[in-house]
Amino acid sequence: MTDTIIHVALLLLLPPLLLGVINKTKARFAGRVGAPLLQAYFDIAKLARKGRVLSGTTTWVFRAGPAVSFSAVAAAGLLIPFGSLGAPISFAGDLILFAYLFGLARFFTTTAALDTGSAFEGMGASREVAFSCLSEPALFFAFLVLAKLSGSLSLVEMLRVSPDWFASGAAAPLILVSLGLFVILLAETCRIPVDDPNTHLELTMIHEAMVLDHGGPLLGTVLYASSLKLFVLVAVLAKVIVPFRTGRAWLDWPIFVGETLALAAVIGVLESVMARLKMRRVPYLLVSAILFCGSGLILLVR
Amino acid sequence: MLDLLNAVLVVVLVLNLFALGTSRILAVIRIVAVQGALLGALPLLMHDRLTLPVAAAAVAAVGLKGIAVPSIMMRALRDAQIKREVEPLIGLLPSIVLGALATGLALLVSGQLQLSDSRTSTLIVPASISTALVGFLLLTTRYTAINQAVGYLVLENGIFIFGMLLVEAIPLVVEMGILLDLLVGVFVIAIIANHINRAFSSMDTRRLVSLKE
Repeated sequence: MTDTIIHVALLLLLPPLLLGVINKTKARFAGRVGAPLLQAYFDIAKLARKGRVLSGTTTWVFRAGPAVSFSAVAAAGLLIPFGSLGAPISFAGDLILFAYLFGLARFFTTTAALDTGSAFEGMGASREVAFSCLSEPALFFAFLVLAKLSGSLSLVEMLRVSPDWFASGAAAPLILVSLGLFVILLAETCRIPVDDPNTHLELTMIHEAMVLDHGGPLLGTVLYASSLKLFVLVAVLAKVIVPFRTGRAWLDWPIFVGETLALAAVIGVLESVMARLKMRRVPYLLVSAILFCGSGLILLVR
Repeated sequence: MLDLLNAVLVVVLVLNLFALGTSRILAVIRIVAVQGALLGALPLLMHDRLTLPVAAAAVAAVGLKGIAVPSIMMRALRDAQIKREVEPLIGLLPSIVLGALATGLALLVSGQLQLSDSRTSTLIVPASISTALVGFLLLTTRYTAINQAVGYLVLENGIFIFGMLLVEAIPLVVEMGILLDLLVGVFVIAIIANHINRAFSSMDTRRLVSLKE
């Protein structure tokens, strides 16, 4: 029971802090002081207090979009084990539910964008869907490798990566899978080599283009949902690349939080040293993610 | 130990794909330099005892493949003031896919080979075959002379990995000879690249068919 409460509390409270860490790292690289670490919380609180302005062309789909995508991503977060203990919800085959909860969130974000009737948002929606066509197979290949390694189809067992696996010849596939998962993380959360979260140049943006007409509480929910998505994917990656657990619950929770913050800092460093890829080049990156995860599978079953 | 070896070899394979998919010549040279330096770690990982031939092979690989040859090529790149973009015969995405296909093929084929060595369970044989194939791909699908030199380097890396199986059988002298040949080859290519650039004001080897007085 305590574990479930800690799990839900982490899932709901920690995500905006990751955005703060990323922005702080970027600011340090640029030689600025940067916004406070808790800025994302302030933004969400400010947006929640504002009134709603809705365009006359929108329907209930537009209002439902942010809410549905937020709840879908939060539900996906309940399937992932944080720290050393299990997830609140777990059953055989929940990896498919996990992947398609993300799909549901994406569907509602893109439909809400189309619902505004703006050509510009339709463009963003089309890009989002096109790129997710490539990141979804990569995610499934990564899950296949983990399922094959653990011999189980539930995410809790699959992500219980233990140091023993390294002894049985799994280091090579795991390296490939973590590379692939990192690319998926960057693509799904629209971080820099794929999309620049700060840009407002209509020709290049993906995620920002879809949420331009959202304002007030709706925009706050969108911001919160995207940080939640970042947190869930970072948690998956952290479980794969840091297999060591102490076995004591009171020690494993802080270690897990430290891992996620460290990964956020890594993303911040990457965003500082890299430029955005050209839009035409983004599929190359995603195809290589598929190839990494796929070759991991080949290495494992050969 | 063997697992660490496999991990290094997988990173080498990933670097192959990056070398195929990068559009900047400087970045490709850096990737190949990192690959060469990683190969220097292979002799140390494969042998339990640190003998003189093993240590010499490691130092030579890191020094030549990781530092000397890439710096010569970067110097040639700077002196000749060539365009920094790679101009492949086939697109970057098809090259990556071809490279991945070559890797898959190497994995399949190496399972069928009847090798007497006990270390064939590791990735050494597939990694060497696929690195050599990627080297061929870089050699044949890139137009500029300096890019073809990079392809030659990757090809040599593949042969070096295979040579690791035989480090006790092949005398050190032969190994050193191969590395020296490589160094001289890259020197010559760097000089030729400069000359091609001066004569044709381009590094494109397609222009060489129109040689004139």
